[in-house]
Amino acid sequence: MTRQPRLHIPHPPARPGEDPDFSYLETFSAGSVPRPDPSVRLRDIERSLAFEMVRVLDDEHQAVGPWNPMLDADDLQVGLRHMLTNRIFDDRMQRMQRQGNISFYMKARGEEAVSVAQCMALKPSDMLFPSYRNQGLQIARGRNLVDLMCQCLSNSADMCKGRQMPIMYHWARGNIFSVSGNLTTQYPQAVGWAMAAAIKGEDDIAAAWIGEGSSAEADFHHAMTFAAVYLPPVILNIVNNQWAISTFQGFAGGERRPFSARGPGYGIPGVRVDGNDFLAVYAVTRWAAERARMGTGPTLIELVTYRADAHSSSDDPSRYRPKDEWQAWPLGDPIERTRAHMIREGIWSDAQHQALVEELTSYVDDCWEEALTYGTMTDGPQLDRNELFEDVFKDMPRHLIEQREQLRALEDD
Amino acid sequence: MARMNMIQALNSAMNIMLNRDPDVIIIGQDVGYFGGVFRATDGLQRQYGEHRVLDAPISEGGIVGSAIGMGVNGLRPVVEIQFADYIYPGYDQIISELARLRYRTAGDFFAPLTIRTPCGGGIRGGQTHSQSPEGIFTHVCGLKVAMPSNPYDAKGLLITAIEDDDPVIFFEPKRIYNGPFDGDPNKPAVPWSAHPKGEVPEGYYTVPLGRAEVVREGSEATILCYGTMVHVCEAAAAAADIDAEIIDIRSMVPLDVDTIRTSVEKTGRCVIAHEATRYSGFGAELAATVQEECFYSLEAPIQRVTGWDTPYPHAFEWDYFPGQARLIAALETVMEAA
Repeated sequence: MTRQPRLHIPHPPARPGEDPDFSYLETFSAGSVPRPDPSVRLRDIERSLAFEMVRVLDDEHQAVGPWNPMLDADDLQVGLRHMLTNRIFDDRMQRMQRQGNISFYMKARGEEAVSVAQCMALKPSDMLFPSYRNQGLQIARGRNLVDLMCQCLSNSADMCKGRQMPIMYHWARGNIFSVSGNLTTQYPQAVGWAMAAAIKGEDDIAAAWIGEGSSAEADFHHAMTFAAVYLPPVILNIVNNQWAISTFQGFAGGERRPFSARGPGYGIPGVRVDGNDFLAVYAVTRWAAERARMGTGPTLIELVTYRADAHSSSDDPSRYRPKDEWQAWPLGDPIERTRAHMIREGIWSDAQHQALVEELTSYVDDCWEEALTYGTMTDGPQLDRNELFEDVFKDMPRHLIEQREQLRALEDD
Repeated sequence: MARMNMIQALNSAMNIMLNRDPDVIIIGQDVGYFGGVFRATDGLQRQYGEHRVLDAPISEGGIVGSAIGMGVNGLRPVVEIQFADYIYPGYDQIISELARLRYRTAGDFFAPLTIRTPCGGGIRGGQTHSQSPEGIFTHVCGLKVAMPSNPYDAKGLLITAIEDDDPVIFFEPKRIYNGPFDGDPNKPAVPWSAHPKGEVPEGYYTVPLGRAEVVREGSEATILCYGTMVHVCEAAAAAADIDAEIIDIRSMVPLDVDTIRTSVEKTGRCVIAHEATRYSGFGAELAATVQEECFYSLEAPIQRVTGWDTPYPHAFEWDYFPGQARLIAALETVMEAA
């Protein structure tokens, strides 16, 4: 009998109308993965960290094992506040998109621990190269929500002067790089930023985020190669939220190996972490940052999480995955798990939580009202359209001065 | 003054900038210990160390992408892409990131890269070592694009490019690295030492971007050209016995429209020459500019002399190369018309 080669076409475990099935996800129990010293040699950790899963919160919401970062009550409350702010901000902005106030939006529901815990585990002077679902980095670094809203509104206070779609934020003073619509481009840039830090002898590090889907881009390979060659102080994060618009993580190669396992292939430690476990995400990021700062080199972190909402305001996930898939997600909701842990520890209560939700909801509403005072896309203060010719170059060349005059002439007619 | 070929002039420019500015670094394939396959960075790593002159993996996307990150972190990287034909893996980083970073962040972030890359044919390089892709960079807003035609300009323009806070794509016509070339491959090679533009100051000086140079004054026709073609055009005009004004464009973005206009208004005739393919080439931009600026001075249709719209063929490179015969024919056409 002869056999012909046939393509393997990856299929997600469940489609609309079917029961969610996450049996493919091997979760490991909390506290089961050893925590090596950050100066460890790659060959001593290759298997455990890349193929297992670092978890701190167990099923009873207790923090267990060697990765427990021993955060105090204040840190946990700050983390919870940032994650809730992220979620409430997202809900508000999504509603504003549905009402036609902004053209586009992308929520991070279900993934808030990634940005918030990782940002809190780094120094404010460390440089962050976010992807498009990392608004939590901005929030955790203390950005005024009004700034983010003004960007989404393309209004007179928009940091991008109306040149970028909503959510493509940047914050030079807060050391957060500009979000690019072209995916994974920030990976080699973060590596280069970290190379420069090492060349200059500064001890700040860089961190970058991509989704598991865009780990298929060539820039992933470029960045990993440069990181392996020069060992710059950089943390490269893959947020595996299971879905890249309509294609599940199998379409980026996730059926073969965890994404973290790509690290050892390059000679870079890969760590797989429960991305919805605030404590585990914080601990793993601290470990990687320590490695980077002591000159041991880069770390690849895979954060296993689930994209609870649509890819963007333009997407409809009911067309390609079960509606209730998130409810079946084995790693739960990062906010609920953090809350349950804090309540168990006696440092939080349902009443406090409810009060915080109300406080943040009203704060986000106030921010939106303030943002509107800087204008919307149609009303109120407006950007000067003649500024669309600025910042193409540092100094405006003659052909752009001429084109600006042509636009002005239309205005005068 | 010293006698330098183009490689020595480029090396001198980078040496001066490494010395003047501690933020200048060089990165590229083979640029470090070995000093580059064309020797442009010879001795620089020995002089400035492995952290200032970095050998890079064979990864143009990684080289450009990491250099952008270095630029954002305050360095002033000078990137070498070994051949312009190899630049495409870095094209997304150049177009989507480097060229637009200042714009998309309203001036809050920028990366002052200079990307040096040897271009052009006539070296038996076939289609993967002979391309002149300047037109696909001039089309991208946010990039400055230059191509020198001699050692003096090469050094002065490269220093300007490195000091510029905008990204500059710096094309080096490799056929004239060692001497000017008039388009006739059968003639013995001529070194730069015999050419006035082979005289190069040893110290710091600049040649501005955005300024063309009239390399030969003339009254009968204007020839717009750059790179290797400057020398071919000089020889062709002499052979055709036409009193041509020859303009070395040098800087494609920004473009020196005044010098072009003044000349074509005087001569009323214009030939545009480049080695790159014709269709949508930079010559089309030049022709459109001449038409817009000088229409009522023109006495004949503008002629373009370019590479054919084919890949650069290895065995037929002298059939492909826009040499003197094609230039003379174009000059005769503009002189005959009207």
